Amino acid sequence: MRKIGAGAGLPLARRRMRAISLKVSPSGARSISRRALPILLIPLSGCTGAQSALDPAGEEAAAVFQLFLVMVVGGALIWIAVVGLLIHAGRRRETPWSAEKAGRLIAWGGVAFPVVVLLALLAYAVWLMPAIRPWLARVAPAPETIEVTGEQFWWRIRYPASDGMPGFETANELRLPVGTRTAFSLKAADVIHSFWIPALGGKMDMIPGRTNMLSLEPTRTGLFRAPCAEFCGTSHTLMAFSVVVMEPDDYATWRRAQAGGNRPGTGEGKRLFAYHGCAGCHGVRGVTGPATLGPDLTFFGQRQTVGAGTLANTAQNVARFIRDPGAVKPGAKMPAFDMLPEKDIAAIATYLVGLQ
Amino acid sequence: MTDLSSEDRTAQEARLREVWRTPSGWRYWTSVNNTEIGLWYGAAAFVFMLFAGVLALLVRVQLAVPGNDFLSADMFNQAFTLHGTVMMFLFAVPIFEAVAIFLLPSMLGARELPFPRLSAFGFWSFALGGVFVCGSIFFGAAPNTGWFMYPPLATDKEYSGIGADIWLLGLSFIEVASIAAAVELIVGIMKCRAPGMRINMMPLFAWYLLIVAGMILFAFPPLIAGDILFEMERMFDWPFFDAARGGDPLLWQHLFWIFGHPEVYIIFLPAIALMAMIVPTFAQRPIVGYSWIVLAAVGTGFLSFGLWVHHMFTTGLPQISLAFFSAASEAVAIPTGVQIFVFIATMLAGRVIFSVPMLFGAGGLAIFIIGGLTGVMVALVPFDWQAHDTYFIVAHLHYVLIGGMLFPIVAGIYYYYPLLDARKLSDRLGKIAFWLMFVGFNVAFFPMHLAGLRGMPRRVFTYPADIGWDWFNLISTIGAFIFASGVTLVVIDVLRPKHRQPKGEQNPWNSGTLEWISEPEEKWGVRSIPIITSRYPIWDQPSLIEDIKAGRGYLPDAKDGARETLVTSVLDAKPIQCLRVGGTSILTIVAAFSLGGVFIALTFHWWITTIVCAIMTLAAIIAWLWTGTAVIPKEEMRDVGLGETLPLYTSGPQSVGWWAMFITMAGDGTAYASLMFGYFFYWTIHEDFTAGHAGPGMLWPLTAAGLFTLAWAAMLAARWVNETDRRGLTRLTLAVAMLLTLAACCAGLAGPYLTSMDPTVHVYPAIVWVVALWTVVHGGVAIIMQLYCLARNLAGRMSARHDMDLRNVVLYWHFLVITAITSFGVLGLFPGSR
Repeated sequence: MRKIGAGAGLPLARRRMRAISLKVSPSGARSISRRALPILLIPLSGCTGAQSALDPAGEEAAAVFQLFLVMVVGGALIWIAVVGLLIHAGRRRETPWSAEKAGRLIAWGGVAFPVVVLLALLAYAVWLMPAIRPWLARVAPAPETIEVTGEQFWWRIRYPASDGMPGFETANELRLPVGTRTAFSLKAADVIHSFWIPALGGKMDMIPGRTNMLSLEPTRTGLFRAPCAEFCGTSHTLMAFSVVVMEPDDYATWRRAQAGGNRPGTGEGKRLFAYHGCAGCHGVRGVTGPATLGPDLTFFGQRQTVGAGTLANTAQNVARFIRDPGAVKPGAKMPAFDMLPEKDIAAIATYLVGLQ
Repeated sequence: MTDLSSEDRTAQEARLREVWRTPSGWRYWTSVNNTEIGLWYGAAAFVFMLFAGVLALLVRVQLAVPGNDFLSADMFNQAFTLHGTVMMFLFAVPIFEAVAIFLLPSMLGARELPFPRLSAFGFWSFALGGVFVCGSIFFGAAPNTGWFMYPPLATDKEYSGIGADIWLLGLSFIEVASIAAAVELIVGIMKCRAPGMRINMMPLFAWYLLIVAGMILFAFPPLIAGDILFEMERMFDWPFFDAARGGDPLLWQHLFWIFGHPEVYIIFLPAIALMAMIVPTFAQRPIVGYSWIVLAAVGTGFLSFGLWVHHMFTTGLPQISLAFFSAASEAVAIPTGVQIFVFIATMLAGRVIFSVPMLFGAGGLAIFIIGGLTGVMVALVPFDWQAHDTYFIVAHLHYVLIGGMLFPIVAGIYYYYPLLDARKLSDRLGKIAFWLMFVGFNVAFFPMHLAGLRGMPRRVFTYPADIGWDWFNLISTIGAFIFASGVTLVVIDVLRPKHRQPKGEQNPWNSGTLEWISEPEEKWGVRSIPIITSRYPIWDQPSLIEDIKAGRGYLPDAKDGARETLVTSVLDAKPIQCLRVGGTSILTIVAAFSLGGVFIALTFHWWITTIVCAIMTLAAIIAWLWTGTAVIPKEEMRDVGLGETLPLYTSGPQSVGWWAMFITMAGDGTAYASLMFGYFFYWTIHEDFTAGHAGPGMLWPLTAAGLFTLAWAAMLAARWVNETDRRGLTRLTLAVAMLLTLAACCAGLAGPYLTSMDPTVHVYPAIVWVVALWTVVHGGVAIIMQLYCLARNLAGRMSARHDMDLRNVVLYWHFLVITAITSFGVLGLFPGSR
């Protein structure tokens, strides 16, 4: 069972939060858990994490991690040398250095050495930039572009049409095929946000009025967490999405299912979802009409979290969120529905978690 | 010069003491003496630092354990915003203005800085603005958008409430104080050095402060320009940063970081300057590589203006510009390295005496070097893509600022405390404080590097338990409290009563520089002004202290009951004038508080109060100028001693007032250039800049430009006529110039007004209005100046010989005419539509 950090928030949330199992559609990603198994054995409080740049699972993250290691070793050596010299200089000596000799130290230590080291580092980094973030127009075959829009405080994700399947919208959970470069067209609906999947690569801001492009290539399957990296308001902290990197076949299966939408289903929860007006903001493909104000909820039950990384996706937590989103996630735009009867809320929550 | 009898000397000293006396009772606060102002300024900045430190501790408590609810999300956002804002604007910059105001006169061998009342005005503005900004958190109304105030979050009134206005207006007010101090310091360093102290003989502290003041002058105005655009959007809905109406949030980021990056060096360089005074003292030898370190400081100053985009590596700018700014950011490491190696070389070439100031200095360097190395890391674009906006950056910037600024400051406190009190601080407490601060700091901030790389973003009010950050955060919080206990110990050491401790000698560390000639109980700065022939005069000029005290230097007396100091030439420090500086006055407080009233009233949209306060400010400033500046002396020349006679009145480039005007206008011109940068920025980001909106046409803008040029010509004529001593004709020419200016202002507004440009519909009309208004407001100020000159002329306070006011106003006009021609030329001829 792999845990993912999803339970930022109030102490209550922490207490109630339990391990979240990786939920995937039956046809989808059984292989994920299988492949991820070796990693799962390492306790997350050790030196790995679903949101760590030090545990790369993507091409860019790996290259930057390597750059980081080079710099850490070099930096540590320089620090030891300079501070050693400083301590040595601070000791009382019988014969002070001559001013000429000391002047030569300034020239070599303060000018010559840094110039050489910095030029080498700069060359490395400048060479790395186009290598890890290629100019997309030149990449062949052109990567598929997923549109991600940052909104206070959640993520709208639009997959394009492909292979005769229509495009579709989802929210707060991104699924990617392993070993393929995928492009992202990044936008913001309200304020500036920043798109960052630490395990896969660096970040790119989402700025109102602009569209930024980024492409990433995951190198192993797994489940990762991606926080918003630009301060965006009260619940900036509680704005994250899950990233599921899948085998290409599983990914294709998942996409087909997504494009088709949920089976209408039956039950009290479905009726109440429509009756209480949830469908006015939230769409469920195959069940309700299109609604784009809030996050799309198609296949909601497959998602890791409720409230964009705020709580684990359990029926109790969904009910809690519906009752008073602002209590879980201050500043959330969704109004409180605490006037609904408790059993209605529970039914809707059960219905949503059941959208598999 | 023969020696005076002891009675004569006592009489001289009594007169000097009387002239430089600090008033007692409540009037103490009307003092403008540099030692008082410097002390108050420093104490206030330190108190703000402690306040911001407490905020940081609250933040650390909240983050100590995952899922904590010690602070609400909104309170947390206010706390970190205010922490950053206060540390940067109310502590890091002002503390150095404080130290400089306190130390510079004696270090340069001057009695005072040239504009003591301006220093006082700056201090009171700072204190009032600081209390206003800090106080907001007690009403839950503090800014909550981060100290960088990125729109559109910060322009969202529903989210940011009044907090953003408090930030914008409160800090604009404080920026005015900073610029005032910068003008004061630049003129002081250039014009008020002791005779003989050529520019290459200045103490390094003065060099650094000159560079830093210059940087303030060019770095703060872009932020002020940005603040103006920002506040226009918040108050009147002019869409400068609203993408839907042609604005762009990125313009703010550019303007903010064009200020924000030099700001880092504005903070860091003066700390290095303190080190450059401390290290030679404890190595007991002159600094090795004086020209190296000066060049390095100048280089850092220049480079710091070319780095700002490294705060914007993730905004999606083209990779080619990222590479350029990355290279510039790496390059700045070189002069920084030179400065560090200069200190090490000086220590190696001397015999180091170890002491508390050196302990803090060396400890600070060890910390700062880590910050510098991580700085080299984040300056590389690919690494920054990962590290940006994570706790890695939080660690980096604190290593830079605390190692590069706070530790040297504490070193400076321990080093210079004897100048305040003639006693040293405690060695024992100092050492304990150092180790608490050093260990606490590293425990607090080192783990943040790792937390950041493991994915912890900045500005999160909590975090999940199972993501691998909990231990790091708990350790950081513990470290923060250890660090805070060290800071508290320093405060205790400074504040503990010391009257039982015997007074020490005047120069307890055997330093070589002039500030150690000043005596804590005397307010005159220096008993008589010496001739300087060395960089370390106390070491190299054996009878210096004795001569100064015996009154064998310049200006040993205060016969006319006026506060006097020498003005010398910029490069060679040849005496050129005996300057009478302003004394104790309440006008500065009135001016500062009424200007504060303007900004505070604007925050709450109290328009009438705003206008009343603005009129009061204007009245106070005019009264201050009228009574305190360009006073025609009774006699032309003054015997300053050592056989030299100097004029009491100079005008034009000889005078300090002319330089102050020139420097102020350089800053003003920078703010204007930033606005024009905005104009062309919008032009380049849009296919069609005007979006089909009508421009102001060609007729009115060009008429305005022409009229401004004519008015400028009339001012030149007025200056010339005045030089020929035809007072009536001068009056007439001034009146004509004033009418032309009035007409020019009307024509300037007529363009956008008559074409009914609505600044709320799109960014094009908005930026046209802002440029036109900026220019017209400067025209309005010019009219006030012309009226002032007319009044001076009528009152018989201006003549062919005594024309300082007029010449300064003409200097203002040189800048104004360039502004006007550029503004109206661009608005009229380059509307950007195709």
